[in-house]
Amino acid sequence: MKLVIDNARLLDPAQGIDRVTNIYIQKDVVVALDSAPEGFEAQRRIDASGRLVIPGVVDLAARTREPGQEHKATIASETRAAASAGITTLVCPPDTNPPVDSPAEVELITRRAKQACGVRVHALGALTAGLAGEQLAEMAALKRAGVLGVSQALRPMSSHLLLRRAMEYAASHQLTVFLHPIDWSLNARGCVHEGPVGTRLGLPGSPEAAETAALGTILALSEQTGARVHLCRLSTARGAHMLARARHDGLPISADVAAHQLFLTDMDVADFNTLCHVVPPLRSQRDRDGLRQAVADGVISVICSDHQPHEADAKLAPFSHSLPGISSLETLLPLTLRLAQEGVLSEAEAIRRVTANPAAILGLPVGTLAPGHRADLCILDPEAVYTPDTRTWVSQGHNSPFFGWEFTGLVTHTLVAGRIIFEQNH
Amino acid sequence: MSEAIVSTRAIPAPGPLPSSLQFNEDGRLRHLLTIEGLSHALITEILDTAESFASMNAQAVKKVPLLRGKTVVNLFFEASTRTRTTFELAAKRLSADVLNINIATSAATKGESLLDTLRNLEAMYVDMFVVRHEASGAAHFIARHVAPHVSVLNAGDGRHAHPTQALLDMFTIRRHKPDFTRLRVAIVGDILHSRVARSQIHALNILNAGEIRVIAPQSLLPAHVETLGVHVYNDIRQGLRDVDVIIMLRLQRERMESGLLPSEHEFFQLYGLTRERLALAKPDCIVMHPGPANRGVEIDSRVADGPHSVILEQVTYGIAVRMAVMSMIMGGSVNP
Repeated sequence: MKLVIDNARLLDPAQGIDRVTNIYIQKDVVVALDSAPEGFEAQRRIDASGRLVIPGVVDLAARTREPGQEHKATIASETRAAASAGITTLVCPPDTNPPVDSPAEVELITRRAKQACGVRVHALGALTAGLAGEQLAEMAALKRAGVLGVSQALRPMSSHLLLRRAMEYAASHQLTVFLHPIDWSLNARGCVHEGPVGTRLGLPGSPEAAETAALGTILALSEQTGARVHLCRLSTARGAHMLARARHDGLPISADVAAHQLFLTDMDVADFNTLCHVVPPLRSQRDRDGLRQAVADGVISVICSDHQPHEADAKLAPFSHSLPGISSLETLLPLTLRLAQEGVLSEAEAIRRVTANPAAILGLPVGTLAPGHRADLCILDPEAVYTPDTRTWVSQGHNSPFFGWEFTGLVTHTLVAGRIIFEQNH
Repeated sequence: MSEAIVSTRAIPAPGPLPSSLQFNEDGRLRHLLTIEGLSHALITEILDTAESFASMNAQAVKKVPLLRGKTVVNLFFEASTRTRTTFELAAKRLSADVLNINIATSAATKGESLLDTLRNLEAMYVDMFVVRHEASGAAHFIARHVAPHVSVLNAGDGRHAHPTQALLDMFTIRRHKPDFTRLRVAIVGDILHSRVARSQIHALNILNAGEIRVIAPQSLLPAHVETLGVHVYNDIRQGLRDVDVIIMLRLQRERMESGLLPSEHEFFQLYGLTRERLALAKPDCIVMHPGPANRGVEIDSRVADGPHSVILEQVTYGIAVRMAVMSMIMGGSVNP
């Protein structure tokens, strides 16, 4: 298959490109920009006049709920949602049921993804057996099976000593360790940010120190062990500041933030809105602003969805009894674009945080459309204004606090390996 | 003197907009979930209505037909004797039919969801749920999901709110000290876990109380408690100085196990209300307690039973205040 995308405004931060051009695709790779290579005869043309083309979005954290919680969502349902939202690669945390702690689960996910719509699905392996935090998982076997890193997800480790050992072991297998900086003992039963709003609502609070204390431990162990660490879901301004200092001192540590943390605060929880029940919790305005600054400065280099689809019942309970998480694949790119629209950072830098940067952390040859690279991309109508609601929603999980928000920039096509896997039908 | 008090008043920090859930379109009370968002005028109206019921309760015939034909369900997911009993009496004196359901030993333990329990009860055409639940926000949740003809009265949700307790406390204070603007009120003890304290603080602020103090070690204070509009004292001797009202809170035994306090003994040593400490307050100070009191832990028996104590009055007035709230909430469809 030979395909050309004509007259597109290509925004590819990794190449430093922002210009109107033609993109020539042969088989699964981009073969040329601007003018056709010799003998290239397109079998299909997409006229992208007035459209924006960006590399396909790489989402560092999306729960597909498979295996184990197929009543919430499946790889098939969530890859469809991803494709509709311009996401071409997604990474699943290992906290499925059973957890991804042996090659069998990795193979199952890979097989299911092959049967699905075409979005690339990668798994992270468990850091400890059964994610129980007691004993190391067989990381070498997981690596051979294809995991892109290891993670303890949202489960506690039994001791700092075990965390140290796990990081050392991962380092000897060149596996990136994805860690959530949450001290579960300090977090206790906290389900909202510990602050004035939590105090008013009488909900147990998760203190800022639950993040900063864990971060201090991780930074110290990262330095001690030399493990390559990626921090998952920063939520506090002070945590971002600690990270900035550590990076300034040369620690090779990266971090991401969930898109919703850049737009919502604990005020949105008021009136016990269970759709805003997330882990780590939505924090103060000051934290939100600090996180935005850290994203703009590049201290936090990745924005991810932290997608967690739920069945309706999961949110139909008093706040602390409801299950945390937002169905957020479909708001990752819209919220990221909105950051640029609000002037937090340039459009190119915003796009970089959901394409080239996460690809680099995963070590995958995606996130750019330089000739020779995989033709994973998405085409947007940059002027289109729309409002997500239950009718337009694709994910099986309808638990989003962003229904009713107005977004500018609608995905019209998504391609993986040169194949159109999503096309908006007007 | 009163001017000095007004100038030291702690102003509550602006929070999220209070819930509009508890009012219907024409601004009348449909549910009572929290004190937050109630107006000065509405609280005054509730207290005034309660006055008329209080005098009635002292008469030989204690019943009025205001809620005849209505069904009130006491839905208690958490054990309670005093609160449930006063709600039951209040409903019966208004001539309602009352059903007591203790869910702690009921369907919820069989895996039935809260919503299922509600739907089943609704199907029996009840008119009001009086709800107590250990989760903050449970009453809001129920109010959001009940059928349009059903009202919800919060009888305590987690650490969040206990509005009728706060109202009966305001009623009791008003009986003794009608001018709130001149009052210094101290709330002593486990503020962190107390829905009563939160509701009292909101009510006192709405009624423009001169000064509200909370007195506790930091481990028993919620984060940023001062944003509720209170002054914080760690030392009871300073905190009780010249106050007009002392509200003691119950200290639960679990607090010692979770490392918030070393022992009941030390708590009583530092924060127990003794006659010596009471002497620091104004001579005509009243002492309150939402009950049940732990004598020798937060309060000395000689104070609990002493001349300043209005603890039993609180129980008596509880019935009148709950009658007032129930009749006002269901008043739209009732001809008195």
